[in-house]
Amino acid sequence: MGLLSSSIARKVAMALSGLFLVFFLAQHFVINFTSVIAPDTFNSWSHFMGTNGLVQFVLQPILIFGVVFHFVMGFVLEIKNRNARAVKYASYKGSANASWASRNMIISGLVILAFLGLHFYDFWIPEIVHKYIESHPEDPTRYYAETVHKFESHTRVIIYVIAFILLAVHLWHGFASAFQSVGFNNKYSRGLKGFTKAFAIVIPAGFIFIALYHHINHLIH
Amino acid sequence: MSLESRLPKGPLAQKWTKHKNDINLVNPANKRNIDVIVVGTGLAGGSAAATLAELGYNVKTFCYQDSPRRAHSIAAQGGINAAKNYQGDGDSTYRLFYDTIKGGDYRSREENVYRLAEVSANIIDQCVAQGVPFAREYGGLLDNRSFGGVLVSRTFYAKGQTGQQLLLGAYSAMNRQINRGKIKPYNRHEMLDLVIVDGKARGIIARDLVTGELERHSAHAVVIATGGYGNVFFLSTNAMGSNVTASWKIHKKGAYFANPCYTQIHPTCIPVSGDHQSKLTLMSESLRNDGRIWVPKKLEDAKAIREGKLKPTDLAEEDRDYYLERRYPSFGNLVPRDVASRAAKERCDAGFGVNKTGEAVYLDFSSAIMRYGKEQAVMNHIENPSVDTIRELGEKVVENKYGNLFQMYEKIVDQNPYKTPMMIYPAVHYTMGGVWVDYNLMTTIPGCYAAGEANFSDHGANRLGASALMQGLADGYFVLPYTIGDYLSKDIRTGKISTDLPEFDEAEKNVRTTLEKLINNKGSKSVDHFHKRLGKIMWDKVGMARNEKGLKEAISEIKALRAEFWNEVKVPGTMDEMNPELEKAMRVADFLELGELFAKDALHRNESCGGHFREEYQTEEGEALRDDENFMYVAAWEYKGEPSDAVLHKESLEYENIEVKTRSYK
Amino acid sequence: MKLTLKIWRQKNAQAKGSMQTYAIDGVDGDMSFLEMLDVLNEQLIDKGEEPVVFDHDCREGICGSCSLQINGEPHGPDRLVTTCQLHMRKFNDGDTIVIEPFRAKAFPVIKDLMVDRSSFDRIQQAGGFISVNTSGNTIDANAIPINKHDADESFEAATCIGCGACVAACKNASAMLFTSAKVSQFALLPQGRVEATQRVLNMVEQMDKEGFGNCTNTGACEVECPKGISLENIARMNREYLTASLKG
Ligand SMILES: Cc1cc2nc3c(=O)[nH]c(=O)nc-3n(C[C@H](O)[C@H](O)[C@H](O)COP(=O)(O)OP(=O)(O)OC[C@H]3O[C@@H](n4cnc5c(N)ncnc54)[C@H](O)[C@@H]3O)c2cc1C
Ligand code: HEM
Ligand code: SF4
Ligand code: FES
Repeated sequence: MGLLSSSIARKVAMALSGLFLVFFLAQHFVINFTSVIAPDTFNSWSHFMGTNGLVQFVLQPILIFGVVFHFVMGFVLEIKNRNARAVKYASYKGSANASWASRNMIISGLVILAFLGLHFYDFWIPEIVHKYIESHPEDPTRYYAETVHKFESHTRVIIYVIAFILLAVHLWHGFASAFQSVGFNNKYSRGLKGFTKAFAIVIPAGFIFIALYHHINHLIH
Repeated sequence: MSLESRLPKGPLAQKWTKHKNDINLVNPANKRNIDVIVVGTGLAGGSAAATLAELGYNVKTFCYQDSPRRAHSIAAQGGINAAKNYQGDGDSTYRLFYDTIKGGDYRSREENVYRLAEVSANIIDQCVAQGVPFAREYGGLLDNRSFGGVLVSRTFYAKGQTGQQLLLGAYSAMNRQINRGKIKPYNRHEMLDLVIVDGKARGIIARDLVTGELERHSAHAVVIATGGYGNVFFLSTNAMGSNVTASWKIHKKGAYFANPCYTQIHPTCIPVSGDHQSKLTLMSESLRNDGRIWVPKKLEDAKAIREGKLKPTDLAEEDRDYYLERRYPSFGNLVPRDVASRAAKERCDAGFGVNKTGEAVYLDFSSAIMRYGKEQAVMNHIENPSVDTIRELGEKVVENKYGNLFQMYEKIVDQNPYKTPMMIYPAVHYTMGGVWVDYNLMTTIPGCYAAGEANFSDHGANRLGASALMQGLADGYFVLPYTIGDYLSKDIRTGKISTDLPEFDEAEKNVRTTLEKLINNKGSKSVDHFHKRLGKIMWDKVGMARNEKGLKEAISEIKALRAEFWNEVKVPGTMDEMNPELEKAMRVADFLELGELFAKDALHRNESCGGHFREEYQTEEGEALRDDENFMYVAAWEYKGEPSDAVLHKESLEYENIEVKTRSYK
Repeated sequence: MKLTLKIWRQKNAQAKGSMQTYAIDGVDGDMSFLEMLDVLNEQLIDKGEEPVVFDHDCREGICGSCSLQINGEPHGPDRLVTTCQLHMRKFNDGDTIVIEPFRAKAFPVIKDLMVDRSSFDRIQQAGGFISVNTSGNTIDANAIPINKHDADESFEAATCIGCGACVAACKNASAMLFTSAKVSQFALLPQGRVEATQRVLNMVEQMDKEGFGNCTNTGACEVECPKGISLENIARMNREYLTASLKG
């Protein structure tokens, strides 16, 4: 952790892990979205992701490490930051000078974390059990049905929607902030900011759309 | 003690170089055994401390603020002069020297002023090397502006924050030495007395303002760089804490106080708005580069404006009296400060004032805005621009030059100076008088030096704009660190000075007694009550225009007020804690003594010169009337118990390189 | 105007403080906030109570002494002003105003509303300078032309008054804006580049040592900064720091 002993280094690490997660999120979205427009593609891409050695044994651990690193660091920073003001203000008007999203990254982060727990329980653990513990033979067409099945539950969809709204909030501040953290603030930043804000809305909204699509589909049929 | 000014002989231009060659030096190894105390960390003290430390001395600095960066020098706005002649407009060391002597109304020493002009160019080099971000032109070179009383552009600036940038430069130089362990800073410490051992300054008594504790600090020499005493007027442009205490304490211990009555009343300050007012805000003199000063021509218009029935912008050009341009066609709005201030007072006294209290004149930027706007339109190839476009372009230029000042004005007065003229009025700003020093900047106490605004040295009876910063840094970076060696070279074998000496006991005891007296005085009136009353006496009777009768009254009123202060003042809290009321009480006690000497000095000087204007001595046109025959001298006062007992010593001034003339800016 | 003031009173660094309520009458819109407190203090002294202690000196927004948290914001509700430049016309008759010291672990309270900001000085001492001798043997000021844009930007960064409002406003009590302003001033000038690597490393190290929080880029500092110091400076410092770390 010597490298991370300075506040700026920690912050840069936070930004890089965050950006990595953003990248992952975008990739995840593209795959998921195929479940709406082309179930077969969804199946074949999911099959590839689920069985490719590079993905499974290199990228997946990196991702897990990235997530764990990101939220652990998030907690570390939060604790340090709280300690930096031992006596609190009687009156503190945070809303006068900063957005809610930026002041409450830990809250949006915690909600995402809770959701990730559920997500693990829902998809990832069954996958691992399915593949490596119970050692079922691979069926490259199972993914679509399994996924759609998950979206049948009301509660799950509601939780899903709430989580993605908070992810949107997290990214609304976080995505642009990550560039500032790595020192990128110049004449291109305005445009970039627009892009990050659009991303923060569009991608989570897309995930919500997918969930609702499958859920409503199920209700109709 | 007689006044020995130690002026070097020889041709003017070689005096400083020759002097530097002649004085004794301390070798680097010995410097490590020598301690120097620097009281005050403004431009003068901060720069002196940094250079002394760099040369190898062990330096302790003192300031009453929580950081050296907050010294009053930070507030200087307009700029700093230097004879660089970057503009190629005929500037030279001699011209800067000449302007300063003339601006000072022939009441300063040729030798000091020449040295100041000589080292001025070096200051700019130094500051740029330190990372001071002066304003630049598009070509990347330094920009200049002009200030009052001169015909060249030699003022370097950093928007309206020149003092801030220079002070932060000196502060950074200090920080470098603090980091190296060569300076030990004592912030939130106030010097309350000087300790003299065997006739030499050997230390100070300081109060730690946080704990209230009294501390003893010893050294081989003590430098006082504690700024000016304009706050004797209560209302001034000085910072709230600016005070005379350190200078006054050394005066009481034997340092002569020179020309206390020479005070600069700055013409462009924001007028007083009410009784609650705690200080006055300066609008930099640089504004007179572009602003035109006027009052209505007709009394009835002035009256209508005061009553709010007429707006200044509605007044036609021919109904305005640009009185500076009228009276002084060649310098116009850029006459020196004393002249501009008196002219404003004259108009307001005659009933032409433009605010509720009748004590304000206009400073108008509309012509400049239009002029710049047109220039910009041409530069940007805008054809047939509308008046609004021109105005908009012009406002941008003005904003670039003076944005922060305009903003400051708007915050205070709640009017937009881009749209309606500013209102201004003279206010106490700077004190040319101060501790008497010789050419080496040593006071009449051996080993005790004074630098910056605290000394009297360079500005005579009136200081030109942008010259205080120059003097502070010249003293601190380039003069004092060398001249002090002459004295310290005799101290290399002295060794550490003990703070257990009886002289320290004695000094500490005296300070403690005074503090206790104030704390235990169960009076009924606050310190500010007395300070405000003192200020009113000073402003009414020892202010912009003085006369014998008023000065005599002032002297007896101040005396009476002082007695009342010691009986009636109420200081809450205790000595052993952070206690700002106690700090103020100590300072006001000293102002109450200085005020009297100030009036006494003004009374004795039967002439008008620079900032000192005696109504009895004026020409028919109301200009100052000097009496060179009888008053071409520095008045250095020796303390003898009461201010009224002070003894006058005269240092006569010789002008060999400059012809003494009546100052004219017509 | 009649106002109710809720003010933090604390006898000294060790004592426990609390909020106290005061009523004040006859406040005029032309008064500055500090002049309003002067009036309160005069009243307290008359009544034999201890006046409220607060830092102030220049009273024109340049020394950076004044430092009050007013209704939950450093230097109060107005923008681009310090407390001493805040005028009472920004408040209404009958308002309640909460006044607290700037709060941060690195700014311990000295008394009432006065805090100790020497941590800022120590950050500057760690590297906020250019190592040139001040004895005057240097090159001509115009020997190195400096691009006007850079010079202006350097100046903008250099206008920081070290008030600490950025720290006070920040939910994390981070000193990044302050520190980055100094780093930027020098990083933008050729004279300052020479030591840029060491400077940023040392200053950031000291900043961390003082116990300030991390930056979350909320931008509160920029909004509350009386001098409008830009967040770009923080990005620049991050950049400088990264390159400096890579260089070792
Ligand atoms: C508003 C304003 C604008 C100005 N603009 C210009 C300008 O544009 N150009 C120009 O040339 N000049 C200008 N001046 C004048 C110039 O700023 C000052 O004359 C100059 O800065 C004084 O510097 P100094 O170092 O002598 O003292 P100061 O900067 O006043 O420093 C005094 C130091 O002494 C310390 N101190 C005081 N008393 C004690 C004590 N008892 N114990 C311990 N420490 C003590 C203080 O803490 C401080 O550090 C301006 C002045 C004002 C008020
Ligand atoms: C797993 C739960 C998560 C937690 C607890 C969490 C927590 C946090 C916190 C506290 C911060 C602010 C750090 C700071 O103070 O600067 C932050 C920043 C950030 N987070 Fe998360 N986060 C989580 C998940 C995510 C996810 C899934 C993404 C992306 C898809 C993400 C992207 C970001 C980004 C881009 C930043 C900005 C980094 C910066 O400002 O430099 N986070 N996170
Ligand atoms: S960056 Fe702004 S808020 Fe922070 S100390 Fe400097 S001037 Fe004050
Ligand atoms: S008192 Fe100097 S900035 Fe407010």
